[in-house]
Amino acid sequence: MTPQSTFMITGAVRDGQLKSLRDLLATMNKAPGQVDPDNGLVPFGRFDRLHVARFVIIEATTANEIKEFGVTPRPWPPTLAFLGDFDGDRETFLAELVELAGSGLEKIFSFCVGFPDANSNTLLQWLQTHNIEPKANYINWIGRTVKQVHEEAALHKSLSAYLQEIADEVGRENTRALRQKLLSYVEMEKQAGRLTLTPPEPSPCGWKIQNLVHKIGVPLILLLFSPFFILIAPFFALRLRMLERSDPELFIRPTAEHIKALSAQEDWFVSNQYSVFGDAKPGLFRLLTFKFILLLTDYAARHIYNHGFLARIKTIHFARWVFMDDDHRVFFASNYDGSHESYMDDFINKVGWGLNLTFGNAVGYPSTRWLIKEGAGREQVFKYTQRRHQIPTEVWYKAYPDFTAYELSRNARIRQGVEIRQDTDEEIHEWLSLI
Amino acid sequence: MTNSSDLNFDDLQALLRCSHKNLKDTCFLLLNIIDADAAKQWLNSAPVSNAVLTDPPPNTALQIAFSVDGLRALGLKETVIDSFSDEFIFGMSGDESRSRRLGDVGANAPEYWDWGGDAAQVPHMLLLLYAEKGGIKAWRETVQGKQFLKAFKLLRELPTLDIGDIEPFGFIDGISQPRIDWARQQSTDSHERNRYSNLLAAGEIVLGYRNEYGQYTARPLIDPKQDLVAAVLPDAEDQPNQKDFGRNGSYLVLRQLDQDVPGFWQFIDKASGSMAEKREQLAAAMVGRQRNGAPLLPPASEKIPGIPDDDQRNRFNFDPDPGGNRCPVGAHIRRANPRTGDLPPGITSWFTWLIRFLGFGGKPDEDLVASSRFHRILRRGRGYGPVLPPEEAIKPDAPAAERGLQFICLVANISRQFEFVQNAWVMNTKFDGVQQERDPLLGHRKPLISGEVTDQFNRPDPAGPKHITCHLPQFVTVRGGGYFFMPGLRALKYLATLPAKGSEISS
Repeated sequence: MTPQSTFMITGAVRDGQLKSLRDLLATMNKAPGQVDPDNGLVPFGRFDRLHVARFVIIEATTANEIKEFGVTPRPWPPTLAFLGDFDGDRETFLAELVELAGSGLEKIFSFCVGFPDANSNTLLQWLQTHNIEPKANYINWIGRTVKQVHEEAALHKSLSAYLQEIADEVGRENTRALRQKLLSYVEMEKQAGRLTLTPPEPSPCGWKIQNLVHKIGVPLILLLFSPFFILIAPFFALRLRMLERSDPELFIRPTAEHIKALSAQEDWFVSNQYSVFGDAKPGLFRLLTFKFILLLTDYAARHIYNHGFLARIKTIHFARWVFMDDDHRVFFASNYDGSHESYMDDFINKVGWGLNLTFGNAVGYPSTRWLIKEGAGREQVFKYTQRRHQIPTEVWYKAYPDFTAYELSRNARIRQGVEIRQDTDEEIHEWLSLI
Repeated sequence: MTNSSDLNFDDLQALLRCSHKNLKDTCFLLLNIIDADAAKQWLNSAPVSNAVLTDPPPNTALQIAFSVDGLRALGLKETVIDSFSDEFIFGMSGDESRSRRLGDVGANAPEYWDWGGDAAQVPHMLLLLYAEKGGIKAWRETVQGKQFLKAFKLLRELPTLDIGDIEPFGFIDGISQPRIDWARQQSTDSHERNRYSNLLAAGEIVLGYRNEYGQYTARPLIDPKQDLVAAVLPDAEDQPNQKDFGRNGSYLVLRQLDQDVPGFWQFIDKASGSMAEKREQLAAAMVGRQRNGAPLLPPASEKIPGIPDDDQRNRFNFDPDPGGNRCPVGAHIRRANPRTGDLPPGITSWFTWLIRFLGFGGKPDEDLVASSRFHRILRRGRGYGPVLPPEEAIKPDAPAAERGLQFICLVANISRQFEFVQNAWVMNTKFDGVQQERDPLLGHRKPLISGEVTDQFNRPDPAGPKHITCHLPQFVTVRGGGYFFMPGLRALKYLATLPAKGSEISS
């Protein structure tokens, strides 16, 4: 299995250069929201390990909201972020980036303060030193590679066409014969080089060990600290409820221009991007709670929700939570299926509790009770706040723009049926119905 | 909690409570206000029908709704207008991104509409007149009165024709409607009900009441200290020191949908080898009901709140048919109302609840669709064009004529209800895991950006591979549309007494 990795390269934009940078990034799109995979700056389409990527200019448009907490907003320069999710390890991927898009990236990052800087002789070094690790990272299906996605999509397409061709001739009820024909067809197509089903690579040894250590280590450490947690629990609960009751609530409707700018980038493909940025609620209590929850989120994403669903949500391909500005600010990015409104409704109704947990410690979020209750359930406040904190994504790329996460897992099941024979008629029928 | 006695049906327009089914003649008028004072005078005495039930029911009815420009023309202040939803303020055709979401692209694009396509010239007002057979002309004269021509300019008289219970393709229409929980008996808490219910919180359809989230949908509230005229308005339930302009009002979505009846039946006839029985089967599979309205599924074994036990046409959900073997997943009625609950079926104990709640224990194909209760609409449309039975429509010389539906629905939240249903369910090529298809009736057939086709219709077969019908043409084309606000009767009075533009009455 090939594990997935992330990168997120950031740099503050030079004074007065914001507009030119925006214009430059816009040249990577055919139209707003529609990336050109073959663009001259970063030809995303040429990276066969890259799932999703985006350029976003992170601006603190809601910085003043923290004043409600009696805190002076910290300065925040507009910051360019280039982030993506890909197969394999970061070192080789960044090298590939430099090789295939070096001049384009140099052109883009030259808008950033400190590029190039004295300590990094090469672009590669600069990228490496300006990378930020997420606090929590979600991958819809750990181990599913871009290559696999494309191969399995081709398999589905080919099988689907052939099945329609032979269905009546073989007889629709004759499922075993149909399967046999389909399987021989796949063999033939493979022989002819029209279909490829590359077997998964063995998992890298280092990754396996690291993953196991993480899988066992985190619960172990938590167990070790559990007496301490039990001890502080009453104080934690008391303080939490105090804050939840007293934290200022912001009911600010996002401006029409803001919504218009965001929605102009959406619904060109079956999936959409979401970038959101805001302040963590002030105080050590909130910060530690936030970090602890993201630690658990990351653990759950890595070891529990790593095969097609994040609690009840099956529409997220990749998502990450990133702390910035010395842990005072949080950036969240996701890649999801469907339109924005359905993404949010899905969230509220299916995993409102999870949203409350992971975003309840951010400024502007509707008040929660006991970390998981209410919050997003207050639909209008929640929808206002998430849209208000959303920031436009200048460029967004997804290697398989017309496929939903559900389809990717369906295609994987179709392939599984090719490789592992079903025993019962019922299983065969189920397999055929997927095609 | 307040109870039903607080609900003032005399302040609701009747359309929220009944569809005026007995009033067969209709006349839908799109108007512009040319003289605000005259319009207000007319409005002040207009015989608008309220929702109090009478016996016998009245033999005429009048409902009124305004677009945002209509409210502006009457002099409603911008500060009040700003509190309406973005969808209403910018209109159905006002934003390309919205058109894209709604599927108003290609032949559906607003630039080709007969009316409402130019966001700068959306009609101010919609008048819905209803009368018993033969009575519409007299009723129209009564309603219009003397001031009418001075006040308004008639932009368009939308075609309507009584074609009975059916819509132009020949299917009985309007069977599935939410039942409004006027008495506010049902809890909106997901813990207390996680299965599909047809009983819907009043606040999903009428502004000023709690919706399915237990919240009050955002709407214009007016401080009576700042605006003396507002005294006539009802109080805001959640903020008693404010007057509620939205209370007892509702957003009215109107779309004129042209239906190509010969095109529909001729395609189906060809696809089913001109065999009458197969033709009916394919058409029923696309709609999700037989032409007589019978659903393709047997009645549900359990009770469904809000649906009478003996209502054979409505007492079902799709839980027993997850794969669409009986009713294809892509069928029109399944897309328009998937009858889903808050949680997938199969919860029998707190343990299974927890397992499902955390996302475990289900099959990969389950739980792909949102809970229905947040996305219901109350339909009040009327058909138009001469009836053309399928047996006639399949003939190559079937008489061409303008046929279609004046689709009307009432909602409290345009984006979460109408737009969501239209976008996430009806037009979505990935709805509930379907492949390469949009709604077989309503969908446009534009391919995806990668070229993947969307013009198929898939019928799963319990015995073998699914049946695919390819190359569906577009059967329904949008010809016009707009978002309107249908105020409560006191809000109408408020509008009628607004000071003329420029002058201000305030304390």
